[in-house]
Amino acid sequence: MSITKKSSRYDFSIIADWVPSDSKVLDLGCGDGELLNYLKAKKNVTGFGVEKDELNWLDALKNNIDVIQIDIESGLSEFETNSFDVVILSKTIQSMQNTEVVIKEMLRIGKQVIVTFPNFGYWKNRLQILSGKMPTSEELPYAWSDTPNIHLCTIEDFDNFCQKYQFKITGRKILTAKKSVEIFPNLFGALALYKLVSK
Amino acid sequence: MSEKNSVGIVKSKIFICKNPLKLDSGVLLKEYELSYETYGKLNAKCDNAVLVCHALSGNHHLAGRYSASDKCPGWWDSLIGPNKPLDTNKFFVIGVNNLGGSHGSTGPKSINPKTKKPWGSTFPIVTIQDWINSQNALINYLGISTLSGVLGGSLGGMQAVQWSIQYPEKVKNAIVIAAAPNLTAQNIAFNEVARQAIVTDTSFNKGDYYKLGVTPKIGLRIARMLGHITYLSDDIMGQKFGRKIKNKKYQYNLNTEFEIESYLNYQGDKFANEFDANTYIRMTKALDYFDPTNGNKKKLSTVFKNIQSEFLIISFTSDWRFSPKRSKEIVKALLDNNIKVSYAEITATSGHDAFLMSDDRYHNILRSYFKRMLGTK
Repeated sequence: MSITKKSSRYDFSIIADWVPSDSKVLDLGCGDGELLNYLKAKKNVTGFGVEKDELNWLDALKNNIDVIQIDIESGLSEFETNSFDVVILSKTIQSMQNTEVVIKEMLRIGKQVIVTFPNFGYWKNRLQILSGKMPTSEELPYAWSDTPNIHLCTIEDFDNFCQKYQFKITGRKILTAKKSVEIFPNLFGALALYKLVSK
Repeated sequence: MSEKNSVGIVKSKIFICKNPLKLDSGVLLKEYELSYETYGKLNAKCDNAVLVCHALSGNHHLAGRYSASDKCPGWWDSLIGPNKPLDTNKFFVIGVNNLGGSHGSTGPKSINPKTKKPWGSTFPIVTIQDWINSQNALINYLGISTLSGVLGGSLGGMQAVQWSIQYPEKVKNAIVIAAAPNLTAQNIAFNEVARQAIVTDTSFNKGDYYKLGVTPKIGLRIARMLGHITYLSDDIMGQKFGRKIKNKKYQYNLNTEFEIESYLNYQGDKFANEFDANTYIRMTKALDYFDPTNGNKKKLSTVFKNIQSEFLIISFTSDWRFSPKRSKEIVKALLDNNIKVSYAEITATSGHDAFLMSDDRYHNILRSYFKRMLGTK
């Protein structure tokens, strides 16, 4: 379920800044557990991973993650309301069928939600579309025909989405090549990180 | 010739417990015996022991063979042995025949020391809690104060759960496979049909058939045939047998016509010759009674409050006897208590019986988890 290669995961340090020390974290689509282990080392968090894919699941288990194999979209009823400090969906939202329901579930389970996604509005993506091709990049490594990414969005799209469903944005960071992007983020930002709470 | 990665030739041992055991039913068992086997070596710290609990028709013979000419190895030989997923080079593995069993432990066919006759109908009903208490006496005798793991599938998985509830400080890891927090009405219904098949067999004689030199084989074989249907999925039966017939064309008589019929008859006969009917009845009763929530008087989350073990829970997609949904109830109650748990749902066609198969993914999961146990000891 982890959609991008781990070598590109420079978003970890920002996520770590947003996660309180000693907090309890649920990482949805945890892949091999790299992010959770990073947070354990940096912020002394405890928590669980959720992973649907068999191979990723086994890697997570081997990496000492307590990992639950369920499909995020078939519901997260195993997790009680407000039972986690932070619920993370890192680079996975673009592959979800029912984006709104997933985020609502996350906000039910966690006091705070962190969502990260590749910005489809990034100029390099726009350029590839202008040149007549579906974009591929470090953040979007798949060809159009085999991509799990069915709901790609731009930063503007996501802002509107949060407004529509009344998700309160408490933090936002836009990155390109490990650097923060301040000017025209929807054009110059490759990766978006959002911190949300319920309104 | 030595078998690759086998524990080799093994021998059963008998543990005689002289300490009385007060059973859930109120009966006091003054003394009892448990037959058991061990594989691998208990280390100096005594912290590498894994107890394997058996299911309905299982026993303490987990791995290896009794002699070079022994046709079948122990029932979980695929899992247990040197360099196997449960590596006997690293772990000290214990198999025990449950109290009331028919493989050497004190049970209905044993001689009651008081009457000098087989217990038969007078052997008490035993529960999973009783088993855990008797298994605890065994591990104390073996010098083990903390189990690195308790592992079991089906009824064995329920014992692993109960161990972590009953002796929370003694179980580091519970590995619970194809199990459930209790039986559903449908599960109990199947058990009752099996029991009725046995008790209505004219040879049953209310359970006192030993002295008559007969056994209720007809009932026991029907019970086993029914059981086998529920351990398999419709798909795997279709794959294995389909509508294949034994002869070239239909015989239009009452003899077995289809291969599935032959298979069930063969399994039924084999079992009825090996297993004790009184034990079968008691094992199904233990399953029926198991319910840590005590009829929903308590939530499972509340029952799990004092658990100290970490958990690995595994279910199989085609298991309809103990479905993944039931395993997830256990997972949820553990998560509610913030207990460390990993859960895998394995795609398998074999139904409930999948827990005995050597599926690669399944064994890789167990191998990795046991390795993790060594790392965190």
